[in-house]
Amino acid sequence: MDTLLQQVVNAISLGAIYSLFALGYSLVFSILGVLNLAHSAIFMSGAFFGVLAVNQLGTPLWLAFILAMVGAGLLSVTLEFVAFRPLRRRNAPRIAQLISSIGAAILIVNIGQLIFLQQFGRTEAYFPRELVSLDPIIIESLSIRIAPIRMIIVVVSLLLTILMQYLVGRTQIGQHMRAVAFNQQTAALLGINVSRIFVFAFFLAGVFGGAAGMFYGVVFLNVTPFIGEDVALIGLTAIVLGGMGSIQGAVLGGYLVAGLQVISVVLGGSSYRNAVVFLLLFAILLVRPQGLLGQSESTRA
Amino acid sequence: MALLEVDNLHTSYGAIKALRGVSFQLSEGQVISLIGANGAGKTTILNTLSGLLRPTGGRIMFKGQDITGWRADRVAKLGLVQVPEGRQVIATMSVQENLSVGAHLRRDDLADTELERIFSRFPRLSERRMQKAGLLSGGEQQMLVVGRALMMQPELLMLDEPSMGLAPLLVNEVFGIIADIKALGIPILLVEQNARKALQVADYVYVLERGLIVKAGSANDLRKDPQILSAYLG
Ligand SMILES: Nc1ncnc2c1ncn2[C@@H]1O[C@H](COP(=O)(O)OP(=O)(O)OP(=O)(O)O)[C@@H](O)[C@H]1O
Ligand SMILES: [Mg+2]
Repeated sequence: MDTLLQQVVNAISLGAIYSLFALGYSLVFSILGVLNLAHSAIFMSGAFFGVLAVNQLGTPLWLAFILAMVGAGLLSVTLEFVAFRPLRRRNAPRIAQLISSIGAAILIVNIGQLIFLQQFGRTEAYFPRELVSLDPIIIESLSIRIAPIRMIIVVVSLLLTILMQYLVGRTQIGQHMRAVAFNQQTAALLGINVSRIFVFAFFLAGVFGGAAGMFYGVVFLNVTPFIGEDVALIGLTAIVLGGMGSIQGAVLGGYLVAGLQVISVVLGGSSYRNAVVFLLLFAILLVRPQGLLGQSESTRA
Repeated sequence: MALLEVDNLHTSYGAIKALRGVSFQLSEGQVISLIGANGAGKTTILNTLSGLLRPTGGRIMFKGQDITGWRADRVAKLGLVQVPEGRQVIATMSVQENLSVGAHLRRDDLADTELERIFSRFPRLSERRMQKAGLLSGGEQQMLVVGRALMMQPELLMLDEPSMGLAPLLVNEVFGIIADIKALGIPILLVEQNARKALQVADYVYVLERGLIVKAGSANDLRKDPQILSAYLG
């Protein structure tokens, strides 16, 4: 049995993955005003592109990671063009976009299944074990062991989070994204090409979702077309917990959900971990629907 | 040739015909006012000119280019800038960011100069630079959206009921600002319900009723028009 501190260390790397996933989820929500329920399929595609690059193309890990991010980013942009934009053009109600995103998620998973079967002969693939050194970093005094890959994940995820903060908060395109998130008509009157901002936001969200998926695959080694299901509820809980549309909120939510999962595993065993996440989601919706860092509905972007 | 030429413009909301053949012109340096009762179609005209709405017929020429059916961001880029009805500040951004968000359209590199000019013209905004725009009063928000439009270096400024819902003192201030902008040489298309004030600042006035222009004339002439007197200045 690992020590509690060891569990915390594990929770941090898991939280890093969840927060990357939640960041993209939250970004698209703030622009679109609708949850993109296909974001978990984008997550899966990141792991898939990564495992494909490593196994079939023999690329090094860093290159596979970049390919996974770009591939997932492009797939996410495709979603915008195919599943969302045509509906927006016709002024379809939000619920139609939500349903469309569910359909897109199913479609992507199905296509994933086909390609998995064709490439690997079954709907499962593995990252090689020795992709990253397996020798754990051992901190004797605290008696914790950290797998190097988990270290890499935490650092890269932190860097990506800072990049996202910078992009959204400090650059012109980020300012334009915030304007579009607030009101598309107002943004258009300010000379902002709203369609271009949508494409950019979907790409960015896909890159982050893809990075999360790739990391998830590398940590647990096996990749299936269904791994998106593992994080769908978690990502939703993370962004609701943090406050829909808030960057810091998504990151905080990701880490908190990971922490909660680890605690519940310590206390009750792994079979409760999803139930606990759902209970948390339900409790926030009841008690503080705007989330921990969210503003009330009237001032939200 | 006029700066803006609107010819036989038709716009509908589904089956509702909101504009039924509107034509007018605006020349360099002019302030033109559109007046009319609620629902006459004033906002519809501005939204069609700015590209938020697509006309079902007619033609819009701006700076000699046919901009009929253009996307709103392209229209703004060409210098036709709309300050929409109901202020529409970006509540989640600071006052300063609201001003700078449209500055990417400037064709000169004087954004910083313009920003300081706006802050000295509107000291109340200057004091609240870093505050979220959603926390400003209605009058301050109106100053902010006008300032934001000026930051875009407009070649024609369209204002939709800038005095709506403001206390009399603030109404006077808004019309003072409009006179200042006119003095800078920026042409203005002003939509107003406050016809008395609009007639004071405008050079030329069009009266709109149910999607049609029913009267046009210089502000001086219309001020003496008995029909206008009873309907809009009563
Ligand atoms: N989104 C819409 N859908 C359907 N009809 C609309 C819509 N917007 C405006 N209309 C109708 O079009 C007509 C013109 O409306 P418009 O908003 O242009 O009037 P207005 O002159 O700006 O009025 P106000 O002084 O109240 O702002 C009205 O009959 C109005 O009911
Ligand atoms: Mg109106």
